[in-house]
Amino acid sequence: MKKNKATQWAMAVLCLAAGIQSCKPKNAGSAVSSDAAQRAYVAPGKYDEFYNFVSGGFSGQMSVYGLPSGRLLRVIPVFSQDPQEGYGYSEETKDMLTTSHGFVPWDDLHHIEASQTNGELDGRWTFANGNNTPRLARIDLKTFKTAEILEIPNSAGNHSSPFITENTEYVIAGTRFSVPLDNSNGDVPINTYKKNFKGTLSFIKVDPADGNMTIAFQIKTPGVDFDLSHAGKGPSHGWFFFSCYNSEQANTLLEVNASQRDKDYIMAVNWKKVEEYIKQGKGKKEAVRYAHNKYSDVTHSTTSTIETSVTTIDVKDLADAVYMIPCPKSPHGCDVDPSGEYIVGSGKLAALIPVFSYTKMLKAIQDKTFDGDYEGIPVIKYEAALYGEVKKPGLGPLHTEFDGKGNAYTTFFISSEVVKWSIKDLKVLDRIPTYYSPGHLSIPGGDSRKPFGKYMVAYNKITKDRFLPTGPELAQSAQLFDISGDKMQLILDFPTIGEPHYAQSIPAGIISKNSQKIFNIDQNKSKYVTMGQNAAKVERQGNQVHVYMTAIRSHLAPDNIEGIRMGDEVYFHVTNLEQDWDVPHGFAVKGANNAELLIMPGETQTLKWVPTKVGISPFYCTDFCSALHQEMQGYARVSPAGSNVPLTFSIGTNNGPGINPVAGGDSAKGGGAPKAKR
Amino acid sequence: MKKSIVFAAIAYSFFLYACGGAADKTSANESPKEETSSSSGSANATDNPSYDPERGTGKFTTVDIPVKLDAAMAANGEKVFDVKCSSCHKITDEKLVGPGWKGVTKRHKPEWILNFITNPDEMIDKDPKAQAMLEICMVRMPNQNLTDVDARALYEFMRKNDDVK
Repeated sequence: MKKNKATQWAMAVLCLAAGIQSCKPKNAGSAVSSDAAQRAYVAPGKYDEFYNFVSGGFSGQMSVYGLPSGRLLRVIPVFSQDPQEGYGYSEETKDMLTTSHGFVPWDDLHHIEASQTNGELDGRWTFANGNNTPRLARIDLKTFKTAEILEIPNSAGNHSSPFITENTEYVIAGTRFSVPLDNSNGDVPINTYKKNFKGTLSFIKVDPADGNMTIAFQIKTPGVDFDLSHAGKGPSHGWFFFSCYNSEQANTLLEVNASQRDKDYIMAVNWKKVEEYIKQGKGKKEAVRYAHNKYSDVTHSTTSTIETSVTTIDVKDLADAVYMIPCPKSPHGCDVDPSGEYIVGSGKLAALIPVFSYTKMLKAIQDKTFDGDYEGIPVIKYEAALYGEVKKPGLGPLHTEFDGKGNAYTTFFISSEVVKWSIKDLKVLDRIPTYYSPGHLSIPGGDSRKPFGKYMVAYNKITKDRFLPTGPELAQSAQLFDISGDKMQLILDFPTIGEPHYAQSIPAGIISKNSQKIFNIDQNKSKYVTMGQNAAKVERQGNQVHVYMTAIRSHLAPDNIEGIRMGDEVYFHVTNLEQDWDVPHGFAVKGANNAELLIMPGETQTLKWVPTKVGISPFYCTDFCSALHQEMQGYARVSPAGSNVPLTFSIGTNNGPGINPVAGGDSAKGGGAPKAKR
Repeated sequence: MKKSIVFAAIAYSFFLYACGGAADKTSANESPKEETSSSSGSANATDNPSYDPERGTGKFTTVDIPVKLDAAMAANGEKVFDVKCSSCHKITDEKLVGPGWKGVTKRHKPEWILNFITNPDEMIDKDPKAQAMLEICMVRMPNQNLTDVDARALYEFMRKNDDVK
């Protein structure tokens, strides 16, 4: 009863708050509809309609939720080490986090983009950008594992990324921070920004067969901050649009100094034309260093290569391919509608939304309706490219997605709301408050040619009182809206990990049918695979001890290991012999200075352990696997350096030879080495 | 406090008013496959007179086994045994995690064995002999995702182990 009162009181406060703000016609009444719970409810044992891939921001990971339930289905480690499954800790996965700076076990994962074919979601991969040490990741949606991480040279702050062209020909990486480029002298005064700092836009080719990423070319631009971007589609396929701010080229106090001009720009790049220039040999090979890491589901290991060359082309050499469109007030979102005709710019400090027309832009280019140039790049006259402005939509538009029914939905950070408006007549149709201050929003397929306009999720930057207080830090909040009717209706709040920036939602059926259940043990080509318990063994190579171990419900083999000496490095190569869905085994050893392993059925993973104490160190399976999971354990004996305890290993030999009291089992007889088991 | 409740009630009714009409409910949720698919609708085979405990449940209805051993097939079966079975089964009559294999082809019909090793979860859920074995071993035999060819080869290896020439 008390709770009910509290809820009503909270609602009343809500209404009051909405009332106070109602100098604008806020539709406060629809904040929570009466049947909201029913519409977000997915009964136990039932599946969600959509997978929702959400960036984990400063957690460095990507989370996967079900929509409409908001249930957390998975957290996929991408740019950060994950002790839960040993990602970035195991010998096989740690090289995924190798960069030209060495091992960088964290990044800031900002945006998610799903692969497309013909402008429609195809459910093959998602891409994610690392904003700090510039990187780009590809996640395989068959395994929900990070398959590839490519470092981006000549870049700092890979923010304008990882947006794609409509057949996933390219994935994009645009610099947030302009910097002196890698092979120029970077030891310069910071206040020489205008002279020495450059931006780059990297076009990364994606192999349609296996997804392999290679940097096709980088366009060098004047020093500005690139923020977001989206490719043209349909008729505008062949173009890419990048929002940029700090056209003032400030190098300090950007909060003030990069907000001086009335308009910044959207940079329009005709990438098909750039491709031609590159083909004509107008690009330049430059010496740089960047890491390219690929994970194989066959060898169950990472190949990390340091690449040493990249092709660049200066924007000055790209006449007829790059133009600037003025866009009010530090644009963030740069979004292209499903038809490919309309480009929506969202100025963070603006009180209107400009909508540009692709057709008008082409005509302006043809007629040379320019308004001077920006560092040599022709600036199209604002009105000549403008389709129209959404007037008084709210304060601080950030990002727009589309429902495929002619409507656009824009988040407003400053006025904390989502506004639905009609693309055709630019009229505001509905507005709904969010709690609080949304950044991005996501509609399933909402940036593709074929949106599924049933749900919209707003990812809020501020949580405050939406959930039970948990000290100074709170989970971030996502809010799910039903957008199937004329009015947007809030149906669910759910907390998210890290900071959700962008997200993508994909109809469940496109992905679930391809989801892999096991790795086929017969195709395991790991260098350290143990093909059956008979093959389990322990080998010494100098001060390295290699344990070839198998795991199956419910024992590890071998489970008694002796002859390890202080100063040794022990490598546990654990092969999970299971071939059944959802039966991973874990592996941990006392005192290991890293994490556990979590080994999928048919997989081999390696934990490195450098013993620090003489004595007996237990190891065990960490992931509950059967009624006898708690029995899935073993011992490693560590002797002093120089000890002459011989290297031996066994399973099933109990209490030494000859004194085996185990009931029902002379099974241990002749145990010794696992080889002797028959 | 009373005041606030009245206000809350008014506010709440405003909510109801503003949100009225939208009563359509989500029904498009895709359902997962039923976990147990019993054609008879019975959960337990013992209740079902049509259940053949000699054959078990699975895709193998009748298997023709020649009198003579196919040595090449048995050799392939041994390879599969090494990787997928030997962790838990000995080829003697000793029980390890699961029962020893010696004599297994004499204890069960080939159909039962092939169904059990390719369809262990359903068999353990339904088959009286499999359930009796579970009570002894206390570990559900894992599904090792055997192909039909692998399963048949394993059976041939079991025959070889049972001295079929």
